[in-house]
Formats: sequence, C-alpha cells, structure tokens
Amino acid sequence: MKLDAKIPSGPLAQKWSKHRHDIKLINPANKRKFDVIVVGSGLAGGSAAATLSELGYKVECFCFQDSPRRAHSIAAQGGINAAKNYQNDGDSVYRLFYDTIKGGDFRSREANVYRLAEVSVNIIDQCVAQGVPFAREYSGYLANRSFGGAQVSRTFYARGQTGQQLLLGAYQALAKQIEAGGVKMYPRTEMLDLVLINGQAKGIVVRDLVTGEISSHAADAVVLATGGYGNVFFLSTNAKGCNVTAIWRAYKRGALMANPCFTQIHPTCIPVTGEHQSKLTLMSESLRNDGRVWVPKTKGDNRPPNEIPKEERDYFLERKYPAYGNLAPRDISSRAAKEVCDEGRGVGPGGRGVYLDFADAIERLGLNVIRERYGNLFEMYERITGEDAYKIPMRIYPASHYTMGGLWVDYNLMSNIPGLYVIGEANFSDHGANRLGASALMQGLADGYFILPYTIGDYFAAERPAKPSVDDPEFKKVESEVAERTKKLLSIRGRRTVTEFHRELGKLMWDKCGMARNEAGLKEALDTIPAMRREFWEDLNVLGDGNELNQSLEYAGRVADFMEFAELVVYDALTRDESSGAHFREEHQTPDGEARRDDERFSYVSAWEYQGVDQRPILHKEPLVYEEVHLAQRSYK
Amino acid sequence: MNLTLRVWRQKNSTSQGTFIEYEADDISPDTSFLEMLDIVNEGLIKRGEDPVAFDHDCREGICGTCGMVINGIAHGPLGATTTCQLHMRHFKDGQLITIEPWRARPFPVIKDLVVDRSAFDRVIQAGGYISARTGGTPDGNTIQISKPDADLAMDAAACIGCGACVAACKNASAMLFVAAKVSHLNILPQGKPEKDRRVVNMVRAMDEEGFGNCTVMGSCEAVCPKEISLDFISRMNRDYLGALWRSR
Repeated sequence: MKLDAKIPSGPLAQKWSKHRHDIKLINPANKRKFDVIVVGSGLAGGSAAATLSELGYKVECFCFQDSPRRAHSIAAQGGINAAKNYQNDGDSVYRLFYDTIKGGDFRSREANVYRLAEVSVNIIDQCVAQGVPFAREYSGYLANRSFGGAQVSRTFYARGQTGQQLLLGAYQALAKQIEAGGVKMYPRTEMLDLVLINGQAKGIVVRDLVTGEISSHAADAVVLATGGYGNVFFLSTNAKGCNVTAIWRAYKRGALMANPCFTQIHPTCIPVTGEHQSKLTLMSESLRNDGRVWVPKTKGDNRPPNEIPKEERDYFLERKYPAYGNLAPRDISSRAAKEVCDEGRGVGPGGRGVYLDFADAIERLGLNVIRERYGNLFEMYERITGEDAYKIPMRIYPASHYTMGGLWVDYNLMSNIPGLYVIGEANFSDHGANRLGASALMQGLADGYFILPYTIGDYFAAERPAKPSVDDPEFKKVESEVAERTKKLLSIRGRRTVTEFHRELGKLMWDKCGMARNEAGLKEALDTIPAMRREFWEDLNVLGDGNELNQSLEYAGRVADFMEFAELVVYDALTRDESSGAHFREEHQTPDGEARRDDERFSYVSAWEYQGVDQRPILHKEPLVYEEVHLAQRSYK
Repeated sequence: MNLTLRVWRQKNSTSQGTFIEYEADDISPDTSFLEMLDIVNEGLIKRGEDPVAFDHDCREGICGTCGMVINGIAHGPLGATTTCQLHMRHFKDGQLITIEPWRARPFPVIKDLVVDRSAFDRVIQAGGYISARTGGTPDGNTIQISKPDADLAMDAAACIGCGACVAACKNASAMLFVAAKVSHLNILPQGKPEKDRRVVNMVRAMDEEGFGNCTVMGSCEAVCPKEISLDFISRMNRDYLGALWRSR
C-alpha cells in the first residue's frame, strides 16, 4: 500500500492558502444533496457539524453522552494556543509551528503543523465572536499566559475552564444548527461499526443506549471525531466514557492506525490513593507557571514538606532544565518525576508523588493573585485530597492523558478509506510524538472549524451525491454482526466483571508500555494480552439484556475493543526501536537520560493495517521529510 | 466506613420505582461518592443483581453529567460540589444515605438514577447562542470588553447544565440555568444584537418544556456546584421585561 499524504507543493508558508484555492467548490444548491455523518460532538465534532451545516450540508451528529455539551473536551483546563503575538514577545506563526514540531520531537508532518499554527489565529477570532469569555486585561484586551514547552505567552484562557467555554461555544453553534434543521442530533447513541460500500465509507451502525435498538445511518461521508484512547491504561485523566471503539471499528474495516504508541503522560495529576480509584484528575499544567516542583534530596525523608529546609530540597526540573525549568514539556517533566520516585525520593502514600509548591509564588505575588489565577484548581485539589494547597504543597504524579496516535489521515484529514474523515484527537495528525500544552483545543477546533469544512468539499466535488439506502445488504450484514457481538457479550455469564478486566489490562499497559518501555517488557505484554483477551471472552459477566439501558454492556463493548487495541499499541512500541517524545525506550537514551531519536531509521509515521484478531498487523511507513526545519536533539536545558 | 444505602431503583421510564437498601462495607473515606457506588455495583454484579444505573463521565466536576439527590440535597451535603467530587470523608461511619434521581416533570427518569435532561438542550436551541458564522469574524482584539464585564460573563458561563437547580426547586424551575446562559451572552457586546429575541425565546422554550416558575427561594443557588448567583435571575427578568417593552 502506498501512503500518499497529498501534501500540496510549494513553499511551506503558502501550501494551505494555495490548496484552499485549488479545492473545487460545490454549488450551494448542491451542498444540501450531500449527507455527512459526524460521530462525536466535542471540540472537533461539534465545530465540524455546526460549520458543515452552516455551509449547507445535511448533517447527522452522534454522541454517547446525554447531550453534546458533555464531550470530554469540556475538561481541558489551561488554555488554547494561538500565534497572535498580542504580547509582542516575539511570537509568530513560524515560532508556534517550530515549537510544535520540536515539542513533537520531529515526528509530525511539517505541512500539517504549519497549517495548524496558521489557522490558530482564526480560532481565537471565531471564539471571541461566539462569546467565549476569555480572560481580559483591565484595558479590555485579551490576556495571555505562558505554558509548557514555549518561551512566549500565547495561551488564551477562560479561568481554569477553557475547554468548557470553547466547547460550549461549539455546542451553542451546533444548537443553532439543530434548531434550524440543518443538523439532526442523536445523543445517547453509540457508533458500533463503520459501513463501507465499494470501498467507500457510506455509513455507520449505532446502538441507541436507552432502548438498545441497533440501527443503520447512511451518508455520503463519515467524519469520526471520537477522541483519544487514553483509557487503555484504565486509570487516566480521560472521562470514564472515552474509548477507542469508533476508530477501532474503522481500523478493522481497513483504515490504518498511525503511531498508536505515542501516548502522552501528563506530569501534573493528583496521585493515586488506592484500589478504589476510578480515574485520575489533572491539575492544569498552567500551575507550573508559578508552582515549583521538588522532592527531598535524601531518600526516605519523611518530614512534612514545610519542615524540609530549602537547601535539602531538590528542585529537579529547575536543576536539570535551567532554561525551561518548571515549564519543561510534558514528556520530559513526567519522566523526571518518575526518575526521582524510582530513586525512592517520591512523597506521599506509596512514594509515587512529587511536590508542586506555591509558597514562593504566594510570597512574591500575594495570596490573592494566586487565588485569582488558580482558585478553582486549588479547590478541586482540596476536594479530592482534603488538603489545603495554599498551606502545604500539592502532591502530583504523572498520568495517562492524551494520545497523539490515531487513525492515519492525509493532509485533507481523510483516512485511507475514501469518504472517511478523522478529526481532533482521534487522528494522528499534528502532534508527532508529544503534544504541547494548550495545543489539543487548538487542533480540535482547527480541524472542525477551518480545515475539514474546506477539504471535504474537494471529495464531494469529484463524487455525485450517492447516499445508499440503509436496506443495502452491506448495512444489514454489519448490523447483524453488531447484534451478534452484543448477544455474545451478554451470553458469557462468567465470573468476572468488566471493571476487573479493564483494571488488569490497564495495569499491564501502564507497567510495560507506559512512561518508559523496554523490549523485554513489551514482549511480555505481547504474550499476556492475547491470553487476557481469551479469558475476557470466556469469563466475563455482563448482566441484563440488550434492549434496555445497560451500562455494563456498553462498557463491556469498549473494553473488548481495548483488549484488541492494546496489542497494537505494544506492537508499535516494540517496532519503534528508538526513543522519541513520549515514547521512551529505555534502551535508547542519552547519557543524561533524555530520549535519543534515531532519525536514520525511524523518521516515519507508522501506519498499521489490520489482518485479523491474533494476527500480526502489517506496518506501512510514511516517511517524514523535513524541508524547513533542521532536525536537532531536543533540548530544554 | 460501613454505610447503608437506600437507593431508588426503577427499571425504565414506564415502570414504578421503589427504594431498595444495600450495605456498602469497608469504604475508604478517600473514595468519591461515585467510586463508592462503583464498589457497591461490583458487589451486586458478583451476586447476580442488576447494578444501579447512574450517569457520570468526566468525574472531575465539569461535564455536568452526574447528579443525584443525596439525603434530600441535590449533589449531596457539601456545598459547591458535583456528586463526582463529593468524597466519603464527608459522611459518618454507619450513616444511612438515601439516593434518588433528580425529580422534576421535565426530567423523566430513564432508569434508576438516570434522567432525561434533553429539555435543557432544547432551551439552548431556542436562542442560547450568538450567531457567528464560521470565518469572517474580526480580530479578537477589535472587541474590547472591560475586565469586570468579562469576569461577570464568565461567572454566568461557568454553568455545567447538570440540572441540580431544577431538582432542588419546589417548582422545578429552570430559571437559574436559563438565566446563566442569557446573562453570559447578554452581558457581552457580541451578544447584544440578539439580546431581546434570545431572552424571549429561551423563556418561552423553558415554559413549553414544563419547568415551573421562580419564587426566589434560592434553593437552586444553594445546590449549584458552580455557585451561579441568583442575581442572574434578576438580570434575566430585567432583560425579559425590557425586551417585551421594546417589542410593544
């Protein structure tokens, strides 16, 4: 299979505008003859569905939540990057582009990333127009703050709830289109399979989560905006419902999965307290602007943090990365925290934690300033831990957060299956081996508002409206497969619950394929996962039946897919015999413990092709060609 | 901790519901309320009993999916907290805890503690937006907004749409929810052109969904996890009257 990324020719800075002019247009009267299915209603899906409808396409939008307003984009706290240079601190489209490429450890496409930086400025304008209440200076102008992996202040924010406000902006735009009749919304409806007709994506099979009814929906194109797969680790900062099912089903129908091993571990999460833990809570990275990260210098120092004198503390990020200090990128900060905990210098129960200390910032800026900046985060911390972080330092530890991998897409955000588009976190496109803070919101909205609505027209211009009937035998076949699978999950009636299996899989993935990986551990995981999967299908216990609201059944379907997907993540991690960004192979590190890339052998996107359960998938490689930037050892020292 | 739970069980929207008692044993004070229910559910599944259905997703207090009435209080005894952010350290060992779904006619029960809040979506669809077509918007800094206005709009915009305000209100009024959205958008200069029709249409939609009227008791404000202020209701009433006056 030849992977063609369809990157436009010409100088980097002109590729997108040239491409936009080259894209064929569709007559407004013809747009309404095209039907588009959008699965997911977060920043990417919500903004895409609203914009496609504004353009005149007929849209059906699906989400498993009870309302499109609840997608997990809502939980993003810190902010959204844009190269506005409002602070006059030397920012530019090129600098945002370069920071993102470098932050991704030179494993992303130049052309995609440049376009992302370019449209970042439009996103802010769009969101302001929609009434997103971004933070303002007293002058009335927009305020900015700095964020990990950057030396300029380019992050726009709405208190600690930026994701919420951006999502509500997209949700409200979507609501307007629903009211106008341009979008038909299907909440509490989960996509369970993709339907291809003559090799083109033409529809989906869904389950109504309230009635259990399985039905088909047909369209001229299908857009997946179904988020990331961080819950493969069981404990993550993702919402409980986040899952891999939609993109995994598409993969099993022939879409290629790219870079699945690039999974980001976020450095500032509240540490695990015990077995009961159901999810991990993120403390916004913005806290690292003012908080200082440290552990005691000596192992086993159990004194309360306030009794440890300054000279006996190791501010390890400031020590190791003097230029970026506490703002070193996520992968680097996470590994540094793991390292000091592995040395036995971790703090809190179980020793898996480091301090994030605001004492100096409070002394410098006053309590009120800190309260104003981070009040809601401090409250959240207190709620969960029962501790007052204004008085004693927060304890933080890394946790699975974001997944850079996802379905392979070309420059037009179309997968290798014609008519199947993938946007937002669900695709692999822009963040390489590591995502910078405040860039997820940027990518979701860039894809949904400003990229897909253009590029999908190019596909339609070459096609006639050809929405098949849902009575087509292909739909019936997939529907019966979905029904069969549901029935099977319900008929096992074994001894173990879905949660038990998910927890077991997650622990294995975290231990063997988490923050650090090595060949022996990955091979062990490859042995273990198929056995675990067999046990899942033999000993799972899901009660109730399929024709009602059955949350265990929903969960079982998602974990069943994680059981297969996990193996692919491990294959990818094993094959990528280098360290890059968030993918840290212990065999490949510099003398001071940084990730050592191998550009000779691994400067490519891995794109996996499904061959069947228990079969090794086929690896395709899309070479990454750098014309503009010079590949360098990533340094934040 | 050992607790006794009195949980509302209802098979579906058409069947009668009833309270059933369950024991929750060996619960760590560090578990969240929903994690405590997870533990109870795991036990139920092991015994072959149908687990308790409840809505939840982000479990960090922002998505607005979770919500149940705990000992008569929407989202439980701790102020300014969603159910997922309520931890068991706020309960006493041996306590009896009664758990019910939101009870309001516009929020029919789907199963156990899960209710249908789609009425809220329809109220937003009636006007809870600023019509700004994608693209073609001016530079963000061409619109100056004073910091106090931006902050006030943000206070209102913080609403997570969980529905606790409706559940707590003896009239099942959605005024706090609607007022939060109307205020967020009407305070901002970008929202001014559609100000009048927004408030009129949203109030009408709210009435059509069967939400009750506001008698300014403040139960909604008391349970709101995001501490949305009752002042926004006054503000909406003012906007509403103004809109009616101008449309005479």
